[in-house]
Amino acid sequence: MADPSVIGLGKPFIRRSRLKQLFSSQKTAPYVFVLPFILSFLVFFLYPIVSTVIMSFQRIDGPGDITFIGLQNYKNLLNPHFFNAVWLTTRYTFWTILVLVPLPLVLSIFLNKKTTIGKNFFRSAFFMPALTSVIVAGLFFRLAFGEQQTTLVNSMLGVFGIKPTIWLQDADASMFVMVLLCTWRWMGVNIIYFLSGLQGIPEELYEAAAIDGASEFEQFLHITLPSLKPVIMYVVTISVYGGYSMFAESFALWNGPRSPGEIGMTIVNYIYQEGFNNNNLGFGSAIGIALFAIVMAVNLLQLFSSGFFKKEGT
Amino acid sequence: MKKSLAILLSTVLLLAMILSGCGAKTSTAKTGDIKPTTLNFWTFQELHKGFMDDAVATWNKNHPDKPIVLKTDVYPYDEQHNKLLIALQSGTGAPDIVDIEISKFANFLKGSKPGLVELNDVVEPVKDKLIMGRMENYAKDGKYYGIDYHVGAEVMYYNKALFEQAGVNINDIVTWDDYIAAGKKIVEKTGKPMTTLETTEHWSYYPLINMQGSDLLGKNGEVILDNEINKKTLEMLKDMLYKDKIAVPAPGGFHHSEEYWAWMNKGNAASVWMPMWYMGRFVQYMPDLKGQMVIRPMPIFPGGKKSAGMGGTGTAITTQGKNIELAKQFLAEAKLSKDGSIKTWSLLGFDPIRSDAWTDPAMSADNKYTDYFGTDIFNTLKAVIGDIGSINVGAKFPNAITLLQKNICFKVLKEQSQTPEQALKEAAEELRTK
Repeated sequence: MADPSVIGLGKPFIRRSRLKQLFSSQKTAPYVFVLPFILSFLVFFLYPIVSTVIMSFQRIDGPGDITFIGLQNYKNLLNPHFFNAVWLTTRYTFWTILVLVPLPLVLSIFLNKKTTIGKNFFRSAFFMPALTSVIVAGLFFRLAFGEQQTTLVNSMLGVFGIKPTIWLQDADASMFVMVLLCTWRWMGVNIIYFLSGLQGIPEELYEAAAIDGASEFEQFLHITLPSLKPVIMYVVTISVYGGYSMFAESFALWNGPRSPGEIGMTIVNYIYQEGFNNNNLGFGSAIGIALFAIVMAVNLLQLFSSGFFKKEGT
Repeated sequence: MKKSLAILLSTVLLLAMILSGCGAKTSTAKTGDIKPTTLNFWTFQELHKGFMDDAVATWNKNHPDKPIVLKTDVYPYDEQHNKLLIALQSGTGAPDIVDIEISKFANFLKGSKPGLVELNDVVEPVKDKLIMGRMENYAKDGKYYGIDYHVGAEVMYYNKALFEQAGVNINDIVTWDDYIAAGKKIVEKTGKPMTTLETTEHWSYYPLINMQGSDLLGKNGEVILDNEINKKTLEMLKDMLYKDKIAVPAPGGFHHSEEYWAWMNKGNAASVWMPMWYMGRFVQYMPDLKGQMVIRPMPIFPGGKKSAGMGGTGTAITTQGKNIELAKQFLAEAKLSKDGSIKTWSLLGFDPIRSDAWTDPAMSADNKYTDYFGTDIFNTLKAVIGDIGSINVGAKFPNAITLLQKNICFKVLKEQSQTPEQALKEAAEELRTK
């Protein structure tokens, strides 16, 4: 086998095999494959996160004009605007979860039934809004909920003899519009989650329950709901995150970050106003860190109370 | 050893792949023998692009030895200011020339080293011909950083037809008392409100305090928001809405909302006060009022001024540009020269910042604005121009304007959840602690 003509090819052959080794070796291959993620994480996530933490302790006046001011930014958080933003965002998150868990759950059960007519049409119809841009949807909602008698919503209400409402200059009415916009956009996504959960429940359970004489509602209560618990928990977790990070909807509805009387000022909106509109990036960073702490606390609370951290099988 | 080298190599390759997307460069075509210099210009107003393109054509005709190519990017309002802030903050990526709106300008003058170029050497030679109040808005410590497009003189737009219907003579209105009395007659005879007030923006309130010599901030940036004049003026507006009942809150909350335009276009209010540049909105969005609207000076307060310079956009040059001197020369010719100033009227419908432009015959030529409002626009303006002062744009100005819009005006004039005194005091105290 030791053909002398092959010897000259030895080097490239070895090099190629080294490369091959790199990809096939159990030790190195995983690192190579996750490398793109690690790199993008370091550059686009970790670096900004660390910068934000540092900036939250600084006053930044301009290029090269940075002062370390300790906890001052965090002390400044104790103001009515921030509290209003936290309270508004919390209410918004609460309403979105209250609507966006039960409603898609029920709809997905109907969409999962063999007897439902036009299942595929409704599945795609419900999902479609998730594909639109928030800005486009927000703009549409803004005009639809205009205060004139002739706007879409007011003229529809007029048919039932209801007087035109000024939607976007009233705290309660605009909360309704924001939650409606959110429901319209995200319902389809949650339906998908629940559908995939439903399809994982073995048919036999229902059959056995039916033989034992359980009604449809009892089946839902004792089979569907418990089996969907992990999915519900997941949906609630991402909804908490989604609710607290809401920005674009309010930005589009009020044509900018400033809503009258702060009726649409979410926490992220407040970051935007302080960081960019008032050029106070240090303070903006501090709000961001506070938002992170709030979302973390709410999520942990919710996961603890739902028994996520309990050891299984004990 | 070699394994780690390979890892390093793949790392570098990946990085190169990621970063190669960022370095794209635009090339400019050669025209003639001299290679034109490319300048970048950012604006948030499509109309300004047309004005600058015209100025470039003029410049290249007058200066064949140093031609310019202007690469303009038009961004949405907020996005442009944010991008600029980040570009100046990070030290890279800013354009040569940029439009900065007046309520954002102070953000860019913060700190000891503003990212904008001082323009004193081009401003000072023409100082006596400029309406300097408008230059002070973009100045800090005696250094000018921006050049405005217009004076923004506050004027009253009256609906002639409604006044004739009510038998009230517009020219009899001189003071605010006259205005309110006329308003009552209008309401009585026509059933329509005399005017609309902005409840989510500041254009109804701010000019009135400015005409009385007051402001949001003092000369040195101190907060004077809750002074007696401001309180009284806000009370006057509130009374117009709920006591005298001659005004209604602007549909949509402000005079730039689609709701307002549609409503006003039907001739639903007898007047509105807005700056001179609002003419463009009438022409563009309220075409049905053509020939019905006339422009008159503002009603006056006892001892007050006849007008106020409102709004504005300062064009500035950033310190990051490679051709700062050329950009400066170009900007001066475009906006500080008499011809340039006249063009702000003929192309944009603005009241020019050079007072000698106002008397130029070119200004009385017919255009779409004279078609709409009649030919006496500039006579009206000339009567009030001498009274236009500056506003005090301290570091807290962006914050003050925001509070004025979203809290003070809204809570007092619309929600009525706070009295003028409460709202002004609360906002002033907040600004003082900042």
